[in-house]
Amino acid sequence: MKTIEKAWGYMPPRRSATFDEHAIAEIRRAAATGIYDIRGGGTKRKVPHFDDLLFLGASMSRYPLEGYRERCDTRVILGTRFAKKPVELAIPVTIAGMSFGALSAQAKEALGRGASLAGTSTTTGDGGMTPEERSQSKTLIYQYLPSRYGMNPDDLRKADAIEIVVGQGAKPGGGGMLLGQKISDRVAKMRSLPKGIDQRSACRHPDWTGADDLEIKILELRELTGWEKPIYLKMGASRPYYDVALAVKAGADVVVLDGMQGGTAATQDVFIEHVGIPILSAIRSAVRSLQDLGMHRKVQLIVSGGIRSGADVAKALALGADAVAIGTAALIALGDNDPRYEDDYRALGTTAGCYDDWHEGKDPAGITTQDPALSGRLDPVLAGRRLANYLRVVTLEAQTIARACGKSRLHNLEPEDLVALTVEAAAMTRIPLAGTDWIPGL
Amino acid sequence: MNQIDIGKWSQRDLNMLRTSSDTREIDLLTTSVRDLNATLQAFGSNTRSDEASFRVLTPNGAHAIAVGIDAPLNVEIAGHVGYYCGGMNKCASIIIDGNAGQGVGENMMSGVIHVKGDASQCAGATAHGGLLLIEGNASARCGISMKGIDIVVKGGIGHLSGFMGQTGRLVAFGDAGEALGDSIYEARIYVRGKVESLGADCIEKELRDEHRAELFALLKQADEAHKADVSEFRRYGSARKLYNFHIDNAGAY
Ligand SMILES: Cc1cc2nc3c(=O)[nH]c(=O)nc-3n(C[C@H](O)[C@H](O)[C@H](O)COP(=O)(O)O)c2cc1C
Repeated sequence: MKTIEKAWGYMPPRRSATFDEHAIAEIRRAAATGIYDIRGGGTKRKVPHFDDLLFLGASMSRYPLEGYRERCDTRVILGTRFAKKPVELAIPVTIAGMSFGALSAQAKEALGRGASLAGTSTTTGDGGMTPEERSQSKTLIYQYLPSRYGMNPDDLRKADAIEIVVGQGAKPGGGGMLLGQKISDRVAKMRSLPKGIDQRSACRHPDWTGADDLEIKILELRELTGWEKPIYLKMGASRPYYDVALAVKAGADVVVLDGMQGGTAATQDVFIEHVGIPILSAIRSAVRSLQDLGMHRKVQLIVSGGIRSGADVAKALALGADAVAIGTAALIALGDNDPRYEDDYRALGTTAGCYDDWHEGKDPAGITTQDPALSGRLDPVLAGRRLANYLRVVTLEAQTIARACGKSRLHNLEPEDLVALTVEAAAMTRIPLAGTDWIPGL
Repeated sequence: MNQIDIGKWSQRDLNMLRTSSDTREIDLLTTSVRDLNATLQAFGSNTRSDEASFRVLTPNGAHAIAVGIDAPLNVEIAGHVGYYCGGMNKCASIIIDGNAGQGVGENMMSGVIHVKGDASQCAGATAHGGLLLIEGNASARCGISMKGIDIVVKGGIGHLSGFMGQTGRLVAFGDAGEALGDSIYEARIYVRGKVESLGADCIEKELRDEHRAELFALLKQADEAHKADVSEFRRYGSARKLYNFHIDNAGAY
């Protein structure tokens, strides 16, 4: 930056807060290419999040539990409302749905291995169920998406639960996207599509619209599977109070609520950054909706979108969720954005930690790609172990916090254990601002 | 893709109208849909087709009748059905002696579903195989997102039929509503009547001899071959212009 000396002294060049570096670069990029920016990952700008909450811990009026000696139960049962065979998990941290197609077969297998080692479930995605994934996942949730790629009754019956996907936090109201580079022979065959085309999945289900139809769709899926399997309903966080009420009305066993920070394999940047609400702001409304219907803990709530640590898990549960789901963090645990591939990231014009062109299929870490040379870099056994390690750490962290709050079960964490650090977080979560008993709007 | 495979349709499928003498009757006045479906689903894929025939009485528009069958059963339903009748069917021949509600034969994999009356929206949605024959009209989104099924409609088809159709064939003897074949992939559409309008990236294509032959074979499967002249149909399919995003086509989205 060059400053020019004037008679009155130095006047440093001033950047606009509105037209900041990114805004300017994006205008230039749009002008040069004529197409919107597509990328993977979740919201990159800062939005209110779990960091805006703190636990109070025990003190004079609350008794803590001994860190290593006293039990802190982590088990959770999902799908107790109607399903004959609910899903039982050792930990309340599940692996979110990510498609084979977006991810390599090795990555899918690694997710299954890691989840099974840690005692939790993994989830298929837009693209159907692969045998590798089924065989490596002790508990596998089968997604029922608008595209219905590869949907068939045999896989439906092989699943441990069915997740009807209405939307995703990264793009509520948007469909899937898998660009030509990633449509390999196998992916094309599984999706009944020509190889190499840009595949844009539908954003609406083809054979139902609205909660009344959905009720019948859920009935059909139950009839197809003998009323055995829990039916989850996944949606992006946008109008959580009403959406959750409609999900309950339609007969869901489990509601999955995905906040705007949630990752995606590929979507327009404008969608990722500007549609949907942060998960922090959605959980209490969702829980209130369930409570108003007398269904809290009867219809289980799984939340996701930017969950990184045991603290995030503990906060989500304290706000009333039954479990969380992770996508991005699981990929990082497998080896996504690993600095050891820094040279490769540089060659792609980015740096480890920032790489988000997951739609291009050139992932140096072999995760978001269908290129055999790249996907061969990921060892599913090793990557699965890394994921299991990470899931165990997250669980231990959440237990550490729960014990400090005197809870013998993670699910005994409650809003009363929390305070908010910011006025926004206090308003969104109905948790008092730290050091006060003030909740804006109440 | 879409090579006609005559072996796909067994004579049994085509003789489905013949009800065998040892047909079991199940009356939905006294039996629940759950029990009906559990009975039908109990037959495995190695069942012989002449082993089991069912007649379902008093369907009264109930939903999810005869879904998830995995055996070459013959099922005749005596009346109107609600949503998703025959959903995800494999191998069975299902006759609906009445009208069908939304999503009849949704995601079916194989077998035959024969609707004697009209069908509501989304008939044959996302279905991967088999034959869906509709004697009357089919409403909007017939064959939406179809993935290999053959659908023959003797009446007209509603708007957005064949939407995002991936593979398989959709035939309408009557007219087609607005936006036929919108965003279609490799599915093929044959319409004899008037087409209100074509959807994005759907165009009329030349009807060559191989298409006449394909259509004839298909109509033969539906037992309609000699009742219609295949040359009277017009063929529609993908212009394949939206297969890879190009800025010049942005207006089409
Ligand atoms: C690579 C990738 C692929 C995804 N594919 C799907 C999908 O097929 N279906 C779906 O419902 N969600 C999909 N998602 C979203 C995840 O299920 C989940 O909602 C999200 O990742 C949670 O947020 P987090 O990434 O911050 O943990 C995908 C996410 C990623 C990162």
